Amino acid sequence: MAEPQTPLLSIRGLEVRYETDEAITHAVNGINLDINVGETVGLVGETGAGKTTTALAVMRLLPHRTGKITEGCILFRGEDVLRKSNGEMRQMRGERISMIFQDPMTSLNPTMTMGEQIRESLEIHNKGMSAALTDARVDELLTMVGIPPRRKHEYPHQFSGGMKQRIVIAIALACRPELLIADEPTTALDVTIQAQVLALMNELKESMRTSMILITHDLGVVSEMCDKVAIMYAGEIIERGSADDILDDGPHHPYTVGLFNSIPDIERESKRLSPIAGLMPDPAALPGGCKFHPRCGDAADACRSLAPPPFVSGEHIIACHKFGSSNGGRI
Amino acid sequence: MLVPMLLAIIFIVYGIMSLTPGDPAQLILGTRASPEAIAGLRHEMGFDKPFVVRYGEYVAKAARGDFGNSWRTGRPVFQVIAGRFPTTIKLSLAAVVLAVLVGVPLGVLAAVKQYSIFDVIGTTIAMFMASIPGFWFGLMAILFFSLKLRLLPSNGADSLKHYILPAVTLAIPVAASLLRLTRTTMLETIRQDYIRTARAKGQTEGKVIFRHALKNALLPVVTATGMEFGGLLGGVVTIETVFSINGVGMLIIDAIRMKDIPQVTGCAIFLAASFMILMLFVDILYAYIDPRIKASYQKMN
Amino acid sequence: MEDIDFNSQTRKKSRRGEIWRRMKKNRIAMVGLFIFSAILLLTISADLITPYDKAITGSLADRLTPPSSSHWFGTDNYGRDIFARILHASRRSLVMGIGAVLVGITLGGLLGACAGYYGGRVDSVIMRIIDTVICIPFMLLVLAIVAALGPGLVNVLIALMISMIPTYTRVIRSAILTVVGQDYIEAAKSCGTPNRWIILKHVLPNAIGPIIVQATMTVGTMIIWAASTSFLGMGIQPPEPEWGAMLAESKDYMLTAPYMVMFPGFAIALTALSLNLMGDGLRDALDPRLKD
Repeated sequence: MAEPQTPLLSIRGLEVRYETDEAITHAVNGINLDINVGETVGLVGETGAGKTTTALAVMRLLPHRTGKITEGCILFRGEDVLRKSNGEMRQMRGERISMIFQDPMTSLNPTMTMGEQIRESLEIHNKGMSAALTDARVDELLTMVGIPPRRKHEYPHQFSGGMKQRIVIAIALACRPELLIADEPTTALDVTIQAQVLALMNELKESMRTSMILITHDLGVVSEMCDKVAIMYAGEIIERGSADDILDDGPHHPYTVGLFNSIPDIERESKRLSPIAGLMPDPAALPGGCKFHPRCGDAADACRSLAPPPFVSGEHIIACHKFGSSNGGRI
Repeated sequence: MLVPMLLAIIFIVYGIMSLTPGDPAQLILGTRASPEAIAGLRHEMGFDKPFVVRYGEYVAKAARGDFGNSWRTGRPVFQVIAGRFPTTIKLSLAAVVLAVLVGVPLGVLAAVKQYSIFDVIGTTIAMFMASIPGFWFGLMAILFFSLKLRLLPSNGADSLKHYILPAVTLAIPVAASLLRLTRTTMLETIRQDYIRTARAKGQTEGKVIFRHALKNALLPVVTATGMEFGGLLGGVVTIETVFSINGVGMLIIDAIRMKDIPQVTGCAIFLAASFMILMLFVDILYAYIDPRIKASYQKMN
Repeated sequence: MEDIDFNSQTRKKSRRGEIWRRMKKNRIAMVGLFIFSAILLLTISADLITPYDKAITGSLADRLTPPSSSHWFGTDNYGRDIFARILHASRRSLVMGIGAVLVGITLGGLLGACAGYYGGRVDSVIMRIIDTVICIPFMLLVLAIVAALGPGLVNVLIALMISMIPTYTRVIRSAILTVVGQDYIEAAKSCGTPNRWIILKHVLPNAIGPIIVQATMTVGTMIIWAASTSFLGMGIQPPEPEWGAMLAESKDYMLTAPYMVMFPGFAIALTALSLNLMGDGLRDALDPRLKD
């Protein structure tokens, strides 16, 4: 772990804004994140924290009229993704970086058969592959995600949510990508199916040595799947560290503490859940200082005016005034 | 499904036409006829029977192709319509084909290049075209192309050339509405998650549009085109009058003017029925394109 | 989460303000609103601008004179002032257009609301009838009714109204259905709120947007259809001024007096255009999600 290596993906000072006629939304505000080869990094936070926007920025799939990357760089194996031409970017998508979207019900084309949709991925990135070989590979992929290959001629509406998500996984992994971004892959599924799909993803990722960014708001999923975790709030990463760092009982950002207190714990007999008071700030009108201060029980004067300095302890970093600063930079 | 719908349509049209005030026997014989003659004719033609009985008899005869005889010419209604029907169908089909060929591609272009010059010009022209009354456009077209420039004939349906102006006139509002609808459904479709999935696969923008978006976006357009055909059959009535084309449209107008009730009823039923049959084809076509509908049909059978 | 009604009074107010603000930004929609307001104003003050007499009487000495300072739009084959005729005709066209839509919405709305809200048998009976009537092309239905009732403004109006009902039943039913499916309606039902109250308080306000858009644009279409019936000689009868009837008269003088064809058509097109522009702008203001 201690041995330094070049990260597979390195996000530096990324800022993303959505500019509409109505308002400018500050969705992502200067985040840094590294993913090493073979690693799974959990990106955790409430709805609207900027997790999906970060993922779409990496894929360069932000809505092109409104979504703007205003600052920072995204290095994939040392090359800046943001400087690539559209053609080069297309080559990367699906082949080197893949993405699984949140809702399997809507992320498959209703008028194409499942087989065709998997085939398409293969055809885009394997121009010379023979039809017979492609067919065989489609069958192989279906078997891999646990769907009988004979069902490839069926349409999405003939499958259940869990099965659709398996197909989406098959599409994403068709070209054995180096990085898989999974945006809440199990949120739309039944609890029993969730575990199956997560297990499948874990298994496939291990066997292909694929790195993964797992976007979720489920801390249970984090503890099962992730090597590293970054907690996002209002477009910033407010705490980051190894999964153990985040899940242990050591010092934490008040927001992280709040997140943990919001989930019921079967082992501990607590009287009540203690949810975090208030709502996420409107990203079109963010508060000054620490973005969390309006909801924070420990907020002091400094929190209202100054951006919190990072508190660093090994790999574990917390952006909060409570712990003071150990060096000058940003997380 | 077809037969009860046909019966219902005949019921409605026949019902509306029987609302005509005044005594039909008097209408036929004129004001100077003797009361005895009128009463005699009324009995002979069955006007004294209750409405439901007359409707039943009408349907029974209609099933054998007998829609009665014209009060004015005495000729069988069916025969007159059959003679005129091909002209009207040719004209409407030409207009629909024209409208689809112009409206749909321009709508796709406007959506894919939203806010571009194509979008602005396309939607603006569509807006103007949707606001212009068809018969006025027809009159203006005659004024410029026939009377001023003497390029195209202004009336009749003798040659292909004769069809150009009326078909274009009929097609314009349909093309305008198809353009706008295609644009809207296309804009909605390219915001769908599965389009993002296709982009995430690394698919080129062209293929994203043609392989993924187009088919899904055109599904509602298919139904709309069918519905537009109904509007077109209505428009045919005015446009045939403008261009003096001897189709069913002009026939029904002449029949209304002369209070020739059997002829009006027959024409209305004919046009409504052909629209209904067309919608049935559209439904079948739709089921053929959309796997979801196809599946639900298969389940039903 | 947009539809949760935290505080319906303030929300509704701010929402209406928001829509108006977006609409004001849409220059084309404002042009439409301006043109239509101007047309409305001219229509209302028609008698002040030029007396009705001028629209229906003229001297044969003045027949078919091209536009001039004394007759802005020229005169027709009876020597009547075309400008005066167009101006006074607008009242009939607007009454027919707006009247048909208002009555169509009210009756169709009642049917559609019942069908959409109660569902089940009520829905299937109403929709079966509506689906049949809708199979008859609109213009054909109008003509059949006018043929039965005889020509004239009132009869055309009745024909247009009746023909409008099925369309609005469908529109309003589907609008209601999309709202009824929403969670907050379920929530209101589960709290024991009476049905009538739910329709009035929750369903209608939320379904009204698309209905207004549709209505605005349909007024334009109705004006065109009304003119069509008159053009065919089934609507308003001469010498009463009506745009469609004026066009019918102009047919025989197209070469000698092209202005007779142009101006009434411009009047119809401009009115319909202004309504379409307004409806379009309103739709964008109500539903801005396709803009990005």
